[in-house]
Amino acid sequence: MTDLTLQNVTKSFGHVKAVDGVDLTVPGGTFVCLLGPSGCGKTTLLRMIAGLEDPTEGRIRLGEEDLTAVPAHRRGFGMVFQSLALFPHLTVAENIGYPLRIRGRPKAEVRRRAEDLLDLVQLSGYGDRSVARLSGGQRQRVAIARALAFEPRLFLLDEPLSALDAKLREAMQVELRQLQRRLGITTIVVTHDQREAMTMADMVVVMSGGRIRQADVPSRVYRHPADAFVADFIGSSNLVEAVAAPGGLKVPGGTIPGLSCPGGRCTLSIRPEDLTLTLGEAHIRGTVTFVRDLGATVETFVDAEGVTLVSAAQPSDRPAVEPGAAVGLTVDVAKAVVLP
Amino acid sequence: MSARLAGRLFMGAVGVLLAAPVVVLAGVSLNAKKTLVFPPEGLSLSWYTDIVTDDGWRSALVASLTVATLSAAIAVLVALPIAWFLWRRIFPLAEIVRGLGLAPFILPPVITALGFLSFWATAGFYGQGFTVLVSHGIFLVALPLVTLSMGFGSIDREIVEAGATMGADDRTLLRTVILPLMTPYVVSGYAFAFVLSLNEYIIAYMTVGFTVETLPIKVFNSLRYGYTPTMAAVAVVFVGLAALVFGLIARFGDLRRLLGALDHRT
Amino acid sequence: MRREAPRSAADFLPIALPAAVLGVFFLIPFGIMLAVSFFKRVQGGFYEPDFVLDNYARFLSAFFGGVLGFSVLLAGLVSLVAVAIALPFTHRLARMRPRAQVAWLVGLLSVLSLSEVIIGFAWSTLLSKTAGVTNLLVFAGIIEESFSLSPSFGAVLTAMVYQAFPYSVLVLYPALVRLDPSLDEAARTLGASPLRAFFTVVLPALRRTIVATLILVFVFALGSYLIPQMLGRPQHWTISVLVTDQAIYQSNMPFAAAMAVFLMLACLALIALAGLVGREREAIR
Repeated sequence: MTDLTLQNVTKSFGHVKAVDGVDLTVPGGTFVCLLGPSGCGKTTLLRMIAGLEDPTEGRIRLGEEDLTAVPAHRRGFGMVFQSLALFPHLTVAENIGYPLRIRGRPKAEVRRRAEDLLDLVQLSGYGDRSVARLSGGQRQRVAIARALAFEPRLFLLDEPLSALDAKLREAMQVELRQLQRRLGITTIVVTHDQREAMTMADMVVVMSGGRIRQADVPSRVYRHPADAFVADFIGSSNLVEAVAAPGGLKVPGGTIPGLSCPGGRCTLSIRPEDLTLTLGEAHIRGTVTFVRDLGATVETFVDAEGVTLVSAAQPSDRPAVEPGAAVGLTVDVAKAVVLP
Repeated sequence: MSARLAGRLFMGAVGVLLAAPVVVLAGVSLNAKKTLVFPPEGLSLSWYTDIVTDDGWRSALVASLTVATLSAAIAVLVALPIAWFLWRRIFPLAEIVRGLGLAPFILPPVITALGFLSFWATAGFYGQGFTVLVSHGIFLVALPLVTLSMGFGSIDREIVEAGATMGADDRTLLRTVILPLMTPYVVSGYAFAFVLSLNEYIIAYMTVGFTVETLPIKVFNSLRYGYTPTMAAVAVVFVGLAALVFGLIARFGDLRRLLGALDHRT
Repeated sequence: MRREAPRSAADFLPIALPAAVLGVFFLIPFGIMLAVSFFKRVQGGFYEPDFVLDNYARFLSAFFGGVLGFSVLLAGLVSLVAVAIALPFTHRLARMRPRAQVAWLVGLLSVLSLSEVIIGFAWSTLLSKTAGVTNLLVFAGIIEESFSLSPSFGAVLTAMVYQAFPYSVLVLYPALVRLDPSLDEAARTLGASPLRAFFTVVLPALRRTIVATLILVFVFALGSYLIPQMLGRPQHWTISVLVTDQAIYQSNMPFAAAMAVFLMLACLALIALAGLVGREREAIR
């Protein structure tokens, strides 16, 4: 399996740089998620990989082959669009068989392959249906089957699950991952849902403002965010301003021992689950303003010198406090991340 | 009276008024004698058969059908590349061409008719058969132009992109994706133009009125030279034909969307 | 197949050819007509190339002024009546089941496509002595003898409204079928009866569309060239009738051309106005 390499890829629209100097290597056979808020450039980047947009600068290579100038229809990359883009004038089987039909394969082979793919995506027997009569989830599968029909070198998906309801989305995330593992195909998915990225990806590429902020395995992105943006975007995080003080770092509401800041001032990222609510001795003191009971977890919002901090814990692991109560927060120092 | 009943009566009244002239025409066309009477005294279908058996009416029928068939084709052939270019390319000045295509139809017909009259007279072809073909063809461009623009506008560009990612080059995309999706719009554009050409009077009259008699021209002439129920029969046939064509478009296409609705329920 | 600017000469072909065709068969005819409007009329049905303003000067005559005034009045009246009826009609139409809508639309299109000759003929029959509505009144015993209702101003008006009505419906249809139903519903939950809601909420929301429609139907009505002749007397003739009359029967092409040019400029201006006016604001979400 060959690697996909992006070298200084930039896309400008007039003065605006939608994608700004992206360098990325996607190892062959991996599942990569381009993650970021809307407008961060992830879809534009995907479209450049597909050949639907031309980069203003930079090169795109698959192994040794420079694909930058190669038009979309000759790259051999299968793509699933956000709108799915199924052909309304063709049946399910005709949609799936389309890439083979235009390559001149015999009808029997096209038919057989379409049926194999329908089995693969668990839609056996749906071949003769009109695409208009399918549910969202079923259309999703047809789009996937169609993109894979001609055994593409790369599999690209643009927000493939955004139109599905929450439960179906979660099920599809797992299915997509399993499918990819079975086929071993290099896959790049664009999404704005960080939980989706964390579930499916071997590598998460966090983007904002057209640039890559961090590209790493999900656990490292979560535990060691490269900057405040990543820390806040992945999962939720408490971001507090910290100042160096004797014995540790001074933060609103108290002092955290055992941590230091290069340069005297910095931002500290503390995940809610690493901030423990306690009625006894604590690093930070504050007042409870809001309690959100989500069933499996309870989130407590604490005001410490004007800054709101969130602590998350299982119901059994926290003291029962109500809004208005004075509490303490203990920081798991090992998990806190000092950000530049 | 409840609001609902009043509403229903209103719609019913409008329906009756819209249909009344057609009903009367139908009645008059069935009259046994050559008089203008309603209700008909004695029934006869002879006036309908007259359209094909009587030499004068038959040649008018043939003339009308020929002009309609050919000029609608011309209209579509002129409109198609314009609509295609506007969809395919970014070139704002092309909107001027769209305006030129729509203008002859939006303006009062007398103006367009007079324009063509001056043109053909000056060019020296006044009265020749092909002049009405060209004149109708240009006059009717607006209809397929509107349906085709709508058709192209309804093509989701991501569908075209999807085809490209699957390996289809421009020509294949045109053949396997765009043309199949555009067919209903081409057909309905042609059908609209056909029906309107059939009915068109003033342009035909001013270009070839003295050499060729189309059905509307013959109907008008008959008004002056002597009434015959065949005129009413022709009128009823026209209405029936229009209803048939539009009914077919509705059956095989999405008429509501063609006329401006955004959703497509059936 | 990306949407981008044309580059090579071949890329321009799809627009260049039709543009040439339209240039030759639309612009040139109108150019010629414009030129002819300045020509001098010669007795005997011909005209010679010249540059005189005589034809336009006739616009200032009382006769022409009268015809122009009447045309504007008639077209304005037709537009008002047709749109007034079409508004509630299309409002109801747009809320019917799709199948019912399609049935009505097919009917309306069929009537709209009818030649003015046929509409004129149909209405002259409907208003005639021997086959017209007055026979119904005789049948019902209300009057003794049937009579003809044409030629008359009323006949011309009725037939022109009949012709303009389907057009009015089709112009209003897109706006009314896209109208957010929740506007109407909100008014009703706030206590307005359906009629009240229509007048106080729906109509104001469509103000611009209605004005644009009135203008477009006005232009449409100006184009009637046969109905005033068939169902009216000479005093009921409009500019379009005059143009045809001068061009064909009086063989006065230059004057006809001048009137046509004037009419065309006026209509183009009105259509542009309608386009500018007709931009509606959406309901605030």
